[in-house]
Amino acid sequence: MPLAPLRIGCAAGFSGDRTDVAAPVVDALVAAGGPSFLIFETLAERTLALAQLARRLDPDAGYEPLLDDLLRPVLARCLDHGIRIVSNFGAANPRGAARRIAALAAELGVKAPRIAVVEGDDLGAAAQRPLLRAAVGAGADIDAVMETMVCANAYLGADAIADALLAGADIVVTGRVADPSLTVGPALAHFGWRRDDWDRLARATMAGHLLECGAQVTGGYYADPGYKDIPDLAHVGYPIAEIDADGHCTITKPPGTGGRIDVHTVTEQVLYEVHDPAAYLTPDVVADLSQARVVELGPNRVRLEGVRGHPRPATLKVNVFSEQGWLAEGEISYAGPRAESRARLAAQVLRERLGTLARLRVDLIGVASVLGDDAGAYLLAQSHGEARDVRLRVAALDDDKARAERLPREVTALYTCGPAGGGGVRTGLRQRLSTRSCFVPRGDVPARFVMMDAA
Amino acid sequence: MSARTVPLYRAAHGRTGDKGNRSNISVIAWHPALWPLLVEQVTESRVAAKFAHRRPSRVTRYLLPNLQAMNFVLDDVLDGGVNDALNLDSHGKALAFLLLDLPITVPDALREHLAGADEPDSFQPEPWRHA
Repeated sequence: MPLAPLRIGCAAGFSGDRTDVAAPVVDALVAAGGPSFLIFETLAERTLALAQLARRLDPDAGYEPLLDDLLRPVLARCLDHGIRIVSNFGAANPRGAARRIAALAAELGVKAPRIAVVEGDDLGAAAQRPLLRAAVGAGADIDAVMETMVCANAYLGADAIADALLAGADIVVTGRVADPSLTVGPALAHFGWRRDDWDRLARATMAGHLLECGAQVTGGYYADPGYKDIPDLAHVGYPIAEIDADGHCTITKPPGTGGRIDVHTVTEQVLYEVHDPAAYLTPDVVADLSQARVVELGPNRVRLEGVRGHPRPATLKVNVFSEQGWLAEGEISYAGPRAESRARLAAQVLRERLGTLARLRVDLIGVASVLGDDAGAYLLAQSHGEARDVRLRVAALDDDKARAERLPREVTALYTCGPAGGGGVRTGLRQRLSTRSCFVPRGDVPARFVMMDAA
Repeated sequence: MSARTVPLYRAAHGRTGDKGNRSNISVIAWHPALWPLLVEQVTESRVAAKFAHRRPSRVTRYLLPNLQAMNFVLDDVLDGGVNDALNLDSHGKALAFLLLDLPITVPDALREHLAGADEPDSFQPEPWRHA
């Protein structure tokens, strides 16, 4: 008899995801019985830098701002039914998140959970500067990057998560870990695989990869009327992976939820953010999807097979964020007869008035905007049409704040100076977060877990 | 045998992913019978031409025959990536739909496998395609 599968439900695919999706996932895990985990993935590339900036203003902040909203609906039920929770919602302050979860459990009147935090990803301390300098490399602006650094975090793997679970944690809170590691950690702990069992680690990694963006595998972010119709998209269900002892996974979703899981929705997510399919790099393993197969077992039940693994990389990826320059934006609308002509004239006026800014981009929303290029070649190639509802949008980057501030002023000035009928001005100015990625030797980034009741 | 020119989205679907200043776009056949035609016509050079205005430094195509899918990796097309781009869509999320507009030629024998309905007239590529 095969062992019962391990079930891992995912109830968030990014910071800002829906907060009412966890309850159906937890209900399905409870109904299925057997060992199960709940994960929340809430840490995109940029989110961690924003969290670090929040923590500068408030030392108790810096973890997922929606933490309460995500956990409150399901925390008691998870603890009651032995569903353990793993999430990177610790962001820039995993200990702060752990304290908040302990307080929330007390408010809800449930037995205090054992909470572990995973640490070691944060390379922002002064002592780490030589390591970062060596890793970022001798670029012209290395000094500026170091002086204005907001945060530097390594992508940790699943080992410390698995160790925390094996030590008895009910909840594991991490900062930066590779997204699939949120799934690999529970699988490692549950099945007791060797840490160099590359095929099984690769399969669990791909299960995590399919889960980590939430509804993106269940028909969310897929619908395209007439081509890719999805039932009840407004209530799209979040995914559950059934993982077997060899690491293979079957993706399902809670009964009664919207969305659909089929060969096509799963294949789109298999390749999401993948480069060379024969070498999908994570801290845990190099996964090889080149021979992967996607098999429909039944309605909303799809299995991934054929994934192989190779030894994990010797280095860990590090993202370094620094505050460099200012991003200014402005928008104004033109509508009715000749709207496109008036918007194009406004664009020409702004280019003349703002030509000295370091980088400037002008879009005509409703004519050409997102598919185009900064230089405007794509927009120029579009023949002048008769669009009757056009929003002009202009953006610029400049190292000098005073120069950048000219952009919102010039857009606002179109109210009286510009073409006829412009309205609905919105402007913004914020510091730009610049990213550098680099690699550091694994041995220089010791990951560890700390059980909070023992800390 | 006669054939018809249709946009790629009739024969395939796809999704964009981003990491740093690099974009990947999957192209997945709606039906296994359409797969050889995609391999033949949706080439690195045609995709590079389609994205010429985004100035890719390299376009690489990976084939996944078991999935009847291909994965295009476009280097340096995101104007610096999510934190540096001036584009509203700094992730390049919409780029798959630029690729899915690529014209392809489908022989009549395979037309039954296409998604969506035939357009009233033969598909006319937008001017930008010839740039």
